[in-house]
Amino acid sequence: MHNPSEEFKIPIGPQHPALKEPESFSVALRGEKILGVDIRLGYNHRGIEKACEERTYIQDMYLIERVCGICSHSHSTCFIQAVEEIAGLAVPRRALYIRTLVAELERIHSHLLWLGVAGHEIGFDTLLMYTWRDREIVMDILAELTGNRVNYGINTIGGVRRDISSIQIQETLKAMDLLEERTKYYIELGLEETTIIKRLSGVGVLSYEDSLHFDAVGPTARASGVKRDVRKDDPYASYGEISFDVITDTGADVYARTIVRLKELMESYKIVRQCLKNLPDGPITVRAPRKIPAGEALSRYEAPRGEDVHYVKSNGTDKPERVKVRAPTLANVQAVKHMLKDRFLADMPIVIAAIDPCFSCTDRLVSLKDDDKKADVMTWQALHDYSIKWHSQRGVDFGKLNKKLQERLSK
Amino acid sequence: MFNAMFSMIIFPGFLFLAALSFLGEFIDRKIYARLQNRVGPPWFQPVADFIKLLGKQEIIPTEANQTMFKMAPLFATASVVTAFFYIPLWTPEAMYSFNGDILVVLYLLTIPTLSFFIGGWYSTSLYARIGTVRSLTQLFAYEVPLFMGILSSALLANTWSLTKITEFYVAHPWLWLMNLGGFIISLIALLGKLEKTPFDIPEAETEIVAGAFTEYSGKLLAFLRLTLNIEMIVGAALLSAVFLPFALTYNPYLDFVIFLIKLLSITFLISLARTVVARLRIDQMVNFCWKYLVPLAMMQLLLNLAVKGVMIK
Repeated sequence: MHNPSEEFKIPIGPQHPALKEPESFSVALRGEKILGVDIRLGYNHRGIEKACEERTYIQDMYLIERVCGICSHSHSTCFIQAVEEIAGLAVPRRALYIRTLVAELERIHSHLLWLGVAGHEIGFDTLLMYTWRDREIVMDILAELTGNRVNYGINTIGGVRRDISSIQIQETLKAMDLLEERTKYYIELGLEETTIIKRLSGVGVLSYEDSLHFDAVGPTARASGVKRDVRKDDPYASYGEISFDVITDTGADVYARTIVRLKELMESYKIVRQCLKNLPDGPITVRAPRKIPAGEALSRYEAPRGEDVHYVKSNGTDKPERVKVRAPTLANVQAVKHMLKDRFLADMPIVIAAIDPCFSCTDRLVSLKDDDKKADVMTWQALHDYSIKWHSQRGVDFGKLNKKLQERLSK
Repeated sequence: MFNAMFSMIIFPGFLFLAALSFLGEFIDRKIYARLQNRVGPPWFQPVADFIKLLGKQEIIPTEANQTMFKMAPLFATASVVTAFFYIPLWTPEAMYSFNGDILVVLYLLTIPTLSFFIGGWYSTSLYARIGTVRSLTQLFAYEVPLFMGILSSALLANTWSLTKITEFYVAHPWLWLMNLGGFIISLIALLGKLEKTPFDIPEAETEIVAGAFTEYSGKLLAFLRLTLNIEMIVGAALLSAVFLPFALTYNPYLDFVIFLIKLLSITFLISLARTVVARLRIDQMVNFCWKYLVPLAMMQLLLNLAVKGVMIK
């Protein structure tokens, strides 16, 4: 029987109510105190990068969109920017504005979703219900504009697939007013509600230096005072023509991350309004070649969770040679270990949630781990022999079958 | 003999209490849902949940201590039902009463927490163990203000019997207002006992799955849930008997309705509390109880002592 004052390990994940996606956090505890965390990625590996090499660029676009269920537009835009750069396509301005518009709407829905999840992690389900109710407004707008609630499929190589009508503009503007009003209420709530402040402030601290050291991105870095935003640093789409502020905070804890996200929502409403107001006339797409000339490109994009990086290498055919995706969670997950040190078990869910993790976007490989060191390493030949033996014990003799096959072939 | 059996098992005993607890759970869930902008469950949902759980397969971990694991829910249910017999409901008299029954009721209401501890501990799950340790830590924090709050009312009535307390306040109609502070303190402490937000730390879903209940399933889980529901009703009945013993008209039907209203108002307050706040951490919870609740309960005790001194003079 174990003694709670001793050190012991509990598994948070791969299956756990706190995690929305499977990922393993093995937590070493003494009482309620966390001594160390062992993070293992790789439970969601889907081989998307390899699959991209087997498909054409147009097919890849839809595949890449499915890297993430929440920031799907981020990934597809990031990929397409790289392809367009290699092909040397000049995307029409109207298309860029529509991309920016969808990107910001996606940020709004992602941040509202995060706020709800954060509320749930600290046992404040009312916040979850409220924010997810309000999130429906932006989801409906996205469905209205693009045809889908997630995986919008609005991008195409050389532009966008759907135009925006003036009725849609009016509806979107109306929804923005409503959402702005609700967000102001959440900001007020976040600034005043005692239990929220008690649970969030001083938790998961990542100082300015640590944030640079661990290369944190997105709201996680901005909440530590690092003014890092691809939209400002390396403007893509139409961000260069739009005025907005990069929100930073010096709190460096989970509370600061919450405030940063809430204030970013207000900035997003601003950007959406500007996009709709300054929407230029003109075509929404240019004709793109099926075969992309040989070359390579790196594309950066500020996803709701932080900087998303895609690398595409083409070889002159209609299929890419190599596609590499670096999702923002991979940059931030390193910092989680540091944030959790010497904290309480109760802080664990919210600290993990505070980087807004998206594990299935992150997973690029599967690593098999053998803690007991019992398993043998088998060579290919040994595995082949073993399988023949295993089957022959069960009455399937591949040796005979092989001979038969060879006889037939020789005839 | 038959009458005693009837009143224990059917009315106002176990079956009535179970029905009342289902009603309580429904009201709690419905209010919680409506406050969160949801539709909420239909009225029969708690009963349906109970029946469905009864029909589910029961899985007992091989490592667990079978006897303790199975006995814990029964102990818990039995103790809360027993506590109910000593609480005056819509009449000023409880089913059974003797001098000192207030202590017995408080003791019986502690047993569920201890049963959950034993059941959780012997289930050998790590989540359950952390949950049980948390529930015991929490027990020492909320029990003291709860006892002090309830005993301050007893002190004013100068008796240790719940029936006598009700009689005293019926005889002195406006004196219950003196205990309003004690009522609020006890209500907050009751939240800890019932493991409701902000004090649902022992079963914090996102941290330790379901705490002590992690390994429970089927009939045993059904009875654990029933126990928690009954505990809420018994706790609310205790608070209404000790702190709100007013408006007794001696018309049994009217009194019954008033009793239900009191009970449901307390349920409403509990639902409201868990709607508007986030879950605290265990250290914050213990701090809150000892730093704020206990001194306030102490002041309530002093106030009642002073009032008593004036009244005697």
